[in-house]
Amino acid sequence: MKLSEAHGERVAHAAIALLLLVVLPATLEPFWIGAVGKYLSFAFVAIGIVLAWGYCGILSLGQGIFFGVGGYAMAMFLKIEASAPELPDFMVWSSVERLPDWWRPFQSLPFTIAAILVLPVVLAFPFSYAIFRKRVSGVYFAIVTISLALMLTVLIVGQQGETGGANGITDFRTLLGLDIIGDASKRALYFVEVVLLLLVMGTASWLLHTRFGKLMIAVRDREDRVRFSGYDTAMIKAFVFSVAAVLSSIGGALFTLQVGLITPSLIGTVASVEMVIYAAIGGRLSVPGAVIGALLVGFMKSWLSEQFPETWLFFLGGMFVFVVAFMPNGLAGATRRALRPHA
Amino acid sequence: MQSFGLSAPINETRTAARTLDSTKLLRIENLTVSFDGFKAVDSLSMTITEGELRVIIGPNGAGKTTLLDMICGKTRPTSGSIRFRDIELTRLPDFEIVRRGVGRKFQNPSIYEDLTVGENLELSIPQVHGVWASILFKRTPQVKSRIASVAEQVMLADQLRTKSGRLSHGQKQWLEIGMLLMQEPQLLLLDEPVAGMTARERELTAELLKQVARGRAMVVIEHDMGFVRSIAHTVTVLHQGKVLAEGPMKQVQADPRVIDVYLGH
Repeated sequence: MKLSEAHGERVAHAAIALLLLVVLPATLEPFWIGAVGKYLSFAFVAIGIVLAWGYCGILSLGQGIFFGVGGYAMAMFLKIEASAPELPDFMVWSSVERLPDWWRPFQSLPFTIAAILVLPVVLAFPFSYAIFRKRVSGVYFAIVTISLALMLTVLIVGQQGETGGANGITDFRTLLGLDIIGDASKRALYFVEVVLLLLVMGTASWLLHTRFGKLMIAVRDREDRVRFSGYDTAMIKAFVFSVAAVLSSIGGALFTLQVGLITPSLIGTVASVEMVIYAAIGGRLSVPGAVIGALLVGFMKSWLSEQFPETWLFFLGGMFVFVVAFMPNGLAGATRRALRPHA
Repeated sequence: MQSFGLSAPINETRTAARTLDSTKLLRIENLTVSFDGFKAVDSLSMTITEGELRVIIGPNGAGKTTLLDMICGKTRPTSGSIRFRDIELTRLPDFEIVRRGVGRKFQNPSIYEDLTVGENLELSIPQVHGVWASILFKRTPQVKSRIASVAEQVMLADQLRTKSGRLSHGQKQWLEIGMLLMQEPQLLLLDEPVAGMTARERELTAELLKQVARGRAMVVIEHDMGFVRSIAHTVTVLHQGKVLAEGPMKQVQADPRVIDVYLGH
């Protein structure tokens, strides 16, 4: 049984690779390639949530914070390039006269990429280690993270001159002089994203099969016992939370590149809760499930909001309630159960 | 006030005391903990020597579990000292206490039910506690044979691949004892290891604990007097957070105070 489970997981990974690398690019129109690219940026976040929540029991309702770190870092770089040698337009409107100091490093692409990867760790690790050390976890941790997401959006909206405020940052055309809004470049970006995603999926699954992966499950189920086996569980949880934060940030950066804008409402509390829904619907114990969840919910959002512009949010809510009530391990769990020969 | 002449003999006495105590593994002095004014353990002092098997008995609420909780760092004492070798434990975080060689078994089997028996044992290997060390950990032949030999000892050798949630209650208790053996503790704290076991399982557990006790000190809380008689060297009776009596089982059983508060009921 154990063998067949590992086998099933490999098949799921391969099927997703085939779907994203061959089937979708061959069949979809450019508009939908862009849309799938947008949905997939949430798949990175959802994989992080599978690791943190599904396997290590850390429920964060503030993953939008880190999505925002990556998204805004990328947007700042692109905006400086789009406006050069002038200041970004929203700064001019707010009579900001020179580029704020904290923007300056984002003139460099290497710095921006480093910030996308490192800044989430700098923010997530010390904060979460201090909190986990105090044995704050479960619902209380979720409340702390959702509050931080709220604070961040309030901060961004309030500092319009330096952050673009509620409108966010938009209007990019090029990355290092290369066009990013034409169909061909959207397609190229799509493939870069899919390759990155497949790498992340592989790494996440590998991590879960190491001894550390077992340790994550042990922390989730019996943190006390793990501490009394000599482990600093706060360190383990802070590490996993930081990994999830980095994945979220990568997703945010790719979102900005694909969609061409980032706004506070994309990283706030509602967006953060939605990110957890992606993982819950796909299956919080499955890496491939997280990707399918992000694709499916993303698509449903686009489709439902077109068909039922007034009421579509009710459908989304209903879907979430249904999954939580009847499929505790999401689509992946339901599939696994259906495929198991003798339950 | 102190005269110069007196200080030298006092120092000598102290040195002598320390040499005498070199066989003392654990020294608890004036240990007190109060919860909202209720003293669960009240200026308690006791010592455990290297290699000793000590059983603690006492009525409910006597402070037995609280005492073990304080030794392993789960509960912080209000005052007093717990010295393990030369280390003051009351100031260390729980996981550091474990790394110094103190293992704790809880009253209800505390195992990872979603993992296999083998994985449960593997996670209890000492010296691999870091994040990176765990990620890069390899199951070497030595690791495998160590897991196999502990599994053999706790009678779970043919269950290594079984999800531990499927084990019987008694087997879960043994698995947790096995996890502690993996940690190679010098001092093992066991809270009611035979609670909920069948008579046959109790016998096997008594045998197991006698084996385990070789080469390390053990403190066991137990209610089952038959079981206590079958394993105990020295018995400590706790009552209302204090030591009521201490000594060999026979002597303690004959103590009228003990009969009054505990054995008579």
